Parts: sequence; structure tokens; C-alpha cells
Amino acid sequence: MTVVRWLAILPFLGILVGVGFVNRVEPLVLGMPFVLAWIVGWVVVGSALMAIVYALDPANRQGEPVAREDRP
Amino acid sequence: MNSALLIIGLVTATALGLGLAARRGVKMTLEQWTVAGRGFGGGLVFLLQAGEIYTTFTFLGGSGYAYGKGAPAYYILAYGSLAYILSYWLLPPIWRYAKQERLVSQSHFFARKYDSPGLGILVAIVGVVALVPYLVLQFKGLGIIVSVASYGSISSSAAVWIGAATVTVYVMSSGMHGVAWNAVVKDILILAVVVFLGIYLPMHYYGGYGSMFHAIDAAKPGFLTFKPTGQSVLWFQSTVALTALGFFMWPHAFSAVFTARQERTFRRNAMLLPLYQLILLFVFFCGFAAILKAPGLTGGNIDLSLFKLSIQTFDPSFIGVIGAAGVLTALVPGSIILVSAATLVANDVLRPLTPGLADEKVTLAARGLVPVIALVAVYFTLRGGETIVALLLMGYAFVTQLFPAVVCALMARNPMTRPGAVAGILVGVAAVAYVTLTHSTFVSLLPFLPAKAGEINIGFAALILNVVAATVVSLATRPSAVTAASRLG
Repeated sequence: MTVVRWLAILPFLGILVGVGFVNRVEPLVLGMPFVLAWIVGWVVVGSALMAIVYALDPANRQGEPVAREDRP
Repeated sequence: MNSALLIIGLVTATALGLGLAARRGVKMTLEQWTVAGRGFGGGLVFLLQAGEIYTTFTFLGGSGYAYGKGAPAYYILAYGSLAYILSYWLLPPIWRYAKQERLVSQSHFFARKYDSPGLGILVAIVGVVALVPYLVLQFKGLGIIVSVASYGSISSSAAVWIGAATVTVYVMSSGMHGVAWNAVVKDILILAVVVFLGIYLPMHYYGGYGSMFHAIDAAKPGFLTFKPTGQSVLWFQSTVALTALGFFMWPHAFSAVFTARQERTFRRNAMLLPLYQLILLFVFFCGFAAILKAPGLTGGNIDLSLFKLSIQTFDPSFIGVIGAAGVLTALVPGSIILVSAATLVANDVLRPLTPGLADEKVTLAARGLVPVIALVAVYFTLRGGETIVALLLMGYAFVTQLFPAVVCALMARNPMTRPGAVAGILVGVAAVAYVTLTHSTFVSLLPFLPAKAGEINIGFAALILNVVAATVVSLATRPSAVTAASRLG
């Protein structure tokens, strides 16, 4: 877990640092300006990385046997 | 009266009716009024939290910013995602502490953690100050919707009064109970409207996203990327950092954390909610579609862009549906903000200052404060001229100043002392207030800095001053330092 946790840093690097290097329109990706598509990409990747972190985090496996929570 | 106004009026009346019906059989104690007795199930809490991003801010503000400013609007897509990732580690310890100490507000969290009722009051005041621009932008949105949908027959200032009166009546009568019902309707309606418009408008006018962005890039070179100066990459970075850190510092967002049933909820939301944010893309597409097809809006009027293009495109009856969705996006968050602000003043400022105040008096004060706060917001709305996004960024600049003290308080050994926390918050808030009130920039406050530093979001710049002040004062007032000094003296 301690190693996996560092995955969460990547979206911060991608969005906060990366945007400085991809600040351009071409090539369009899925019809969007490149810099916008880059940010969208990191939102999706960020969600996937958090799914990995969630799955491997022992805190989410053990305990909390209290009644199953309502799903949204 | 045209069909657009008729539909908007009907939906508003239904929303009011639902709100009034929701309070039946409920004795309005403060807890019922503010958190609906903590009786909301997990699904409803999820909706209330996820729906937070669908306010007038995103609907009109997001499309307007894309229309008027271009690339800077991208920040709106980025910050929520990073905030949710932070929340994976930030919210569970807050929730555990709140549960253990039976806390009901953000102000209590500070008062207890730093053992200082005074700090609690300061935090409550910062919260109210930050909530006012957030409320102003909801009223501004309501004003835009009503006046545009009336095709000019209702002036925008009259529309602001109508909108503000509706929210006030709604909140005073039912508090949070009314909100919950309407939040569900609002989310479904706005999702459908935004996705439809975000697909239809670019297809209809340009034949697709690619050709739309090519056309914009050809007509306005540099509009779709960050500028070399002004709203540059540096502005984007500091703005995303500010808003991601401040995301859960809003008084209402902070105390919403307390309502969850188990801490795992936050960790699951951290992976699910970022995807929900992608709906914002469709909002941007509406704004971008309007650039070349409904040109001419400037200044605070850029927030009208979505409606201006829609009116050129659709029948009045469909404008009514868009308007009704828009009214709900302002009504629901507007009510949440108004309830939070009134409760903050009554419960976290008045109560600690008047010992022995009965609960019923506090409830009465909170409800009595609703129209007062609404009037203050109407005043600022009518004075206006700011764009919706600028208003929210102002709120963020204030509320994010609470972040350092929260994070330090969660550490096993809090490195921040009570005077350190107070100093940091005061310095940060003072810097934001100075720059906002004098319409100056950060560089005019600290003239020795290079001009490039002026591109840093003022809220983020103030956050740096905040951390410096908190560090210096904490070091000077460390218990060990104090005892050492007293031993010497």
C-alpha cells in the first residue's frame, strides 16, 4: 500500500506540471484542443489510479462489517 | 407571459410546494432545519455532494467563462478531480475526529482541535464572508435566467429580487428538508439539459467538435490555449491548487462530511466522483459553440452566452425547460448556502458570544438571519459586474485560508500553535480582502516581486503568506520555546 499510494501523485504532476508542456491546440484529440484533452485524460487516469489505490488499501477490506451501505 | 416564463414559473412553484410539503410533520429544531436531523441516507448524501458541482456556477458560469475567456475555463474541470484524490486521505481523519467528539460544524472542529472558542468564531466569520460571493453568484444566475427567459420583459434587477425572494421563502419555511427533494429533480434535469445542449449545439452549428474548435482557433488564435501573460499557465496552476485545496474547506462541504455513515464512503467517492465531473465538458462545449454564433457579450455579461445561443436556436417552450433547470441549479445550492451562512452566524458566532442562549433562540436567530443575509447578497448582486467565475474564485480565496490549520490539526503532533493558526488565517484573509477591495494585484502588495508573480492567483499568493505567518508565529509560541523563554526570564 505504501508504494501504491504514490500513484496518487501522478494526476497532480500531470495536471499542475504537465499543462505547461502541452499548452497547444493541435493536434485535436477527440475533437478537443490538445491541452483540454490532456486535462480530460488526467481526470480519467486519476479516477483509474484511485480505483487501484482503493482496491489495494487494506483499510477498505477489513473491518467495517456494519450493515451494508446504501449505494447511490 | 410567454411559454418560457410559464414553464419556469410552474417549476419554481412546484419546487416551493415540494419544499413546503417536505416540512410537514417535522418539528423545526435547529438540527432538523440545518442537517435534516442527520436522517439522510447514503444515496441522498451522495447526490447532495455530487450535485454540488451542478450549480449556476457550472451551468452559466462555466459556459460563460469558456465563451469569454477560453482556455482559463479548463481549470474548472481540473480542480475537482484533484480535490477528490486529496479527499481520500483528508476526509476520513476529519470524519473520525468529528464522530469521536460529536462535532456539528467546521467551527467546532477548530475550536476543539485548537482548544479555542475564539478561533472557532474567527473560522465561522471567514466561512460567512466566503459564502456571500457564492450566494451572490446564484442570485446573479437566477436574475439572468428569469430576465432572459422573459425575453426582456422583466428587467434583470427585478429578476434578481424575484429569485432572491423565492430562495428566501423556500429556506425560511423548510430549511434543508426542501433541498433534499429538489436536489434529486435538479440533478436529473440539469444532466439531461447539459448533455443535450453540449452535443446538439456544436453538431447543429459546426457539424462536430473538431470543426468547431478549428473554426474558433482560426477566428481567435491563442484563445484555446493559456496566454503567455495574464491568465497564463502559472495562473492555471495556482488557481487549480487553490481551488483543489479549498474544495472541502467550505463550511457546508466540511460539515457534510460529518453526515456520512462510514469512512469508506469517502474513499469510494474519491474514485467515482472525478468521472462525474466530466459532464462539465458539455457545459464548455455550449460556451465554445456560442463564441462565433452569438458574439458580442463582454464583461459580466459573458454568463449569458448559453442562453443567448439557445434563444437563437430553440422555441420559447424549450427555453423554458432550460430556464427551469437553471432555476433549480440556483435554488438548491442557493438554499444550502443560505442555510449554512445563517447557521454559522447564529450557532457559531452568536451562541459562543452569549453564554446560556437557549436552543430555540438560536434556531429563531438562524431563521431570522436568512432574509438579512439574502439582502446583503442582493445588494452585492445588483452592484455587480463581476463574472460568476470571478465571484466563486473570490470565495475560494477566502475559504482556502483555513486549509493549513486543518491539515496541521490532523497530524499526530500538531506543529501549529493556536496563535499560529490565528495569525495564518488573519494574514491570508487580510491579503485577499486588501487585493479584492482595492482592485489591485498581489504585486502591488509586495512590490519587490517580479511582474510574473502577478499572474499567481491572489488566493494562492495569500495562502503562501498565510503559511509563512503561521510558521513564524508557531515557532515563536511553541510550548517548549515559551517555557524556555520563561525559564530564562
